[in-house]
Amino acid sequence: MDWSVISGTEKRLMLNAVGVADMASLFAVVPEALRVNALDMPEGMSECCLSSYFEGLARRNCAGCVSFLGGGYYDHYIPAAVDALAGRSEFFTAYTPYQPECSQGTLQAIYEYQSMICRITDMECANASLYDGGTATFESAIMAARITGKSRVVVHDSLHPVWREMLLTHASGSALTIEDGNEPVAGDTACVIAQNPAFPGTLQDFSELARRCHDVGALLVLAVNPVSLGLVKTPGAMGADIAVAEGQSVGLPLAFGGPYLGILATRKAHIRKMPGRIAAATTDAAGRRGFVLTLQAREQHIRREKALSNICSNQALCALRALIHLCLLGKEGLRETARACHAKAEYLKAKLDFAEVLNAGPTFNEFSVRLPGNAEAVTAAMLEKKYLAGLPLQAVNRGGPNDLLIAVTEKRTRVELDAFAAALRECAA
Amino acid sequence: MKTIFEMGAPGRHAVMPAPLDVPAASLPDAVKRDTPLALPELSELDVVRHFTQLSRRNFGVDSHYYPLGSCTMKYNPKIMEAIGALPGFTRLHPFTAMTDAYRKICQGALEVVCEMERLLAEVSGMTAACLQPMAGAHGELTGALLIAAYHKAQNGVLRDTLLIPDSAHGTNPASAVMAGFKTVTIPSNAQGVVDFDAYAALMGEHVAGVMLTCPNTHGLFEPRVADMALLAHENGALMYYDGANLNAIVGRCRPGDLGFDVMHFNLHKTFATPHGMGGPGSGAIAVGERLVPFLPNPRVVKDGGTYTLQDSAQSIGRIAPFFGNFLVALRAYAYLRAVGAEGLKTVSENAVLNANYVLARLRDVWRPAYDGLCMHECVLSAATFASKHGIRALDVAKALLDRGFHAPTVYFPLTVKEGLMIEPTETESRETLDAFCDAMLDIARLAETDADVLHQAPRTMPVGRLNEAQAAKNLDCACTG
Amino acid sequence: MNPDTLKYTEEHEWIVNLDGICIIGITEYAVDELGEITFVELPEIGKVLERGEDVAVVESVKAANDVYAPVSGTVVEVNDILEMEPDLINRDCYGKGWIVKMKDINEEEYNELMDARSYRGYLKTVE
Repeated sequence: MDWSVISGTEKRLMLNAVGVADMASLFAVVPEALRVNALDMPEGMSECCLSSYFEGLARRNCAGCVSFLGGGYYDHYIPAAVDALAGRSEFFTAYTPYQPECSQGTLQAIYEYQSMICRITDMECANASLYDGGTATFESAIMAARITGKSRVVVHDSLHPVWREMLLTHASGSALTIEDGNEPVAGDTACVIAQNPAFPGTLQDFSELARRCHDVGALLVLAVNPVSLGLVKTPGAMGADIAVAEGQSVGLPLAFGGPYLGILATRKAHIRKMPGRIAAATTDAAGRRGFVLTLQAREQHIRREKALSNICSNQALCALRALIHLCLLGKEGLRETARACHAKAEYLKAKLDFAEVLNAGPTFNEFSVRLPGNAEAVTAAMLEKKYLAGLPLQAVNRGGPNDLLIAVTEKRTRVELDAFAAALRECAA
Repeated sequence: MKTIFEMGAPGRHAVMPAPLDVPAASLPDAVKRDTPLALPELSELDVVRHFTQLSRRNFGVDSHYYPLGSCTMKYNPKIMEAIGALPGFTRLHPFTAMTDAYRKICQGALEVVCEMERLLAEVSGMTAACLQPMAGAHGELTGALLIAAYHKAQNGVLRDTLLIPDSAHGTNPASAVMAGFKTVTIPSNAQGVVDFDAYAALMGEHVAGVMLTCPNTHGLFEPRVADMALLAHENGALMYYDGANLNAIVGRCRPGDLGFDVMHFNLHKTFATPHGMGGPGSGAIAVGERLVPFLPNPRVVKDGGTYTLQDSAQSIGRIAPFFGNFLVALRAYAYLRAVGAEGLKTVSENAVLNANYVLARLRDVWRPAYDGLCMHECVLSAATFASKHGIRALDVAKALLDRGFHAPTVYFPLTVKEGLMIEPTETESRETLDAFCDAMLDIARLAETDADVLHQAPRTMPVGRLNEAQAAKNLDCACTG
Repeated sequence: MNPDTLKYTEEHEWIVNLDGICIIGITEYAVDELGEITFVELPEIGKVLERGEDVAVVESVKAANDVYAPVSGTVVEVNDILEMEPDLINRDCYGKGWIVKMKDINEEEYNELMDARSYRGYLKTVE
């Protein structure tokens, strides 16, 4: 099955119009010896077969467990209107808004998304999206180096281990020096990158760290969880210079790792050093408000090897989902969602008296415990009871064999929490 | 139209979480939000109506012909959307793949990753593929890092340069620089393809690799691509294939067979996944034998009947948190399984036929930048109209909007003055192509008789031409309230 | 400034030496190519530059052009009015729209630059 539409007779007519005898003439420029005869791939399928084949594959994934698995990616409820609206093909079959007059829907949505990100983070400007939290972290490091003219990037131990690894890979060819540490080094530090809540769940006030960074001419990059900002002190209020986040928790399904949403916001003074697309308001000749892409001269399609970043395709549709999600929750909804995550996590934490809580300070929606038994074995046993009991921290090199990271979202009910605590007590013994 | 922040009323809300069924908890003041949470307060209908209205101010492939050159705006079949929405995939936590205990509950998804990577390797004539890169440019960066890692492992001379044609996408030099390379530009010749002698003169021991788009952004197949690869390899350099234009040759010839060592696919172009107003896409890469050990970790492998993960000690590391934009790759995998090898051949055949048909109908009026047949897209120039009648590529673009068509790509490639880059794709019918060509010819007539009308276009859109200079100077890019 | 008395580069910068202080700007041709200028990035005062190094960036909505130092020297003054009014360059590129002033310039390099007549000839080959 394919979706080409030219029929046999039309093909003849069109070849005549082109002035060639046959299809082969159109490909004459491709040397005969380099053409492929047969591809080793399964034969095509009808739509009906395709549908049942993929339904079968989907059934082989168990997505029906009660989940306490997080690690930066959470099982939040997504209102039906998010799918309904972001599923409008006027949005998802459009391209990058290079012709603003026929892309006002996209451009206004990006502008509103940027505004929304500023409002939840207390920052002054945001870009139209990056790929995910990890790549946003990398871009923030490059950006900080560009702003400060310095090259040392200090990775705080609160940062997500996977993002830290991504940062190392992405920056391996750059002039950045990346090292672990919790304080800026006077002289050549471009930024410290910290995360709140920390990967293991602990909340901190990073205001003092921000001050210490600024004292030595470095920036503070703060990675955050957008849902937490309904309740938790913002990067803007803490004095961070760049805020980054993984936007999955606001309107994106877990989807086995993507597509997700890289959020990046900063102070207005740094806007020209911020990578990625930016939408801005302006007017037409008749004075009507409209939106355009702006500061494009910083981008790769114009600036080429001198561009701020190579990013072209971004995650615009994911940004739209996040925007719609946050509009539906609204002021009260985001606050209540954050409160529910926190209260339920606290409720569960108190129930797990057989395990040692490892967080030294307050936590938001996720906390680390040391179980009496091996975490990997416990999660395997819990899986038999249809629970995803959490992330064994050893799997990401962030803890001992008995350490487990447990996440709680607003979706979990008291009944589920009670049953989970009892089951975990049994399996962990 | 109002922005969402200018709507609503205090106390209004749409979707709230269930009432709290556990005791309320409090946070210490030091970590509590102490600034106003200035989110809009709206009903569900407020939100639904707002975004429905916004959607109506957009052109998409479903509503309009979108001949945007280099972007391959083909139709995105609905079945792929249905497959991409199956809860077995959408609700699956990615960390299930990362621990032995959970891996048995994501076997279907791991199969998609592993089998898609196998298919991509086959279609490209490479040894292995990796779905991690999340967009074409991200694939380029990954590929450039692989090239760097390969040369480093050879312990040979320092190779710090990538050669890139002047017609290349801007992402190529931008990605090369991010990976730590210098870039040197290869000039095009009068025929719009790489000037081979100039290329040969630039080749040397300092060259790590060559990034090439084939067919190039002039819509022309590089006739000496095999010679270029031979020369690069003789000099110890690697060949990178920018897959942006793969739609022209998919199913007919393979980058691996042309002599390329590493490439990225734009799954959202070639394999029909939606472009989503600019993303998400997928920039999956494929590599030949000698780059396999350097591929990003972790790799999905089949061990007996079970899919599992494997790390390579020589790997460049992690490019995505998990398996890239999985739902995009899933749709593309479904597309490949639907079309099969025969279908792929039909795709490139019709894509090339459609582009040549448009070129044939327009070439006497809108002069092509280069003579002869084209591949999947053609580049025309408005330069004579600009000098004679003051009608520039931008005016043509806006006039097309009024006629119900999205504009071609304009002012790209940078090598063509007043360029209009048209990529029809294989999913458009002859009637649509004819209607578009008629509109282009009509615009040409108007340029001669009534150029002023064209300068005022578009007149049927929600807004007229917008003041971009004002936007850049005032920089109102967030309504922070 | 009278364009006839200035020196020029192939990258469309103009420069004039007034008693050891050189004033540098971009030419009308460069301005036409850029369109309305929306932003100018200026160097720090005291910056020492080799000939050909970036001294400033001039941005419009469709392009960002580096301004290269036409000669080696040291930046002594920048036209910071351009930060508020970048389009001054569009309005008066040979006068109020100057970009930087340099001192201690390399006289030899200065003398090698094109005069107005050769620059006009050069423009014909570009167009």
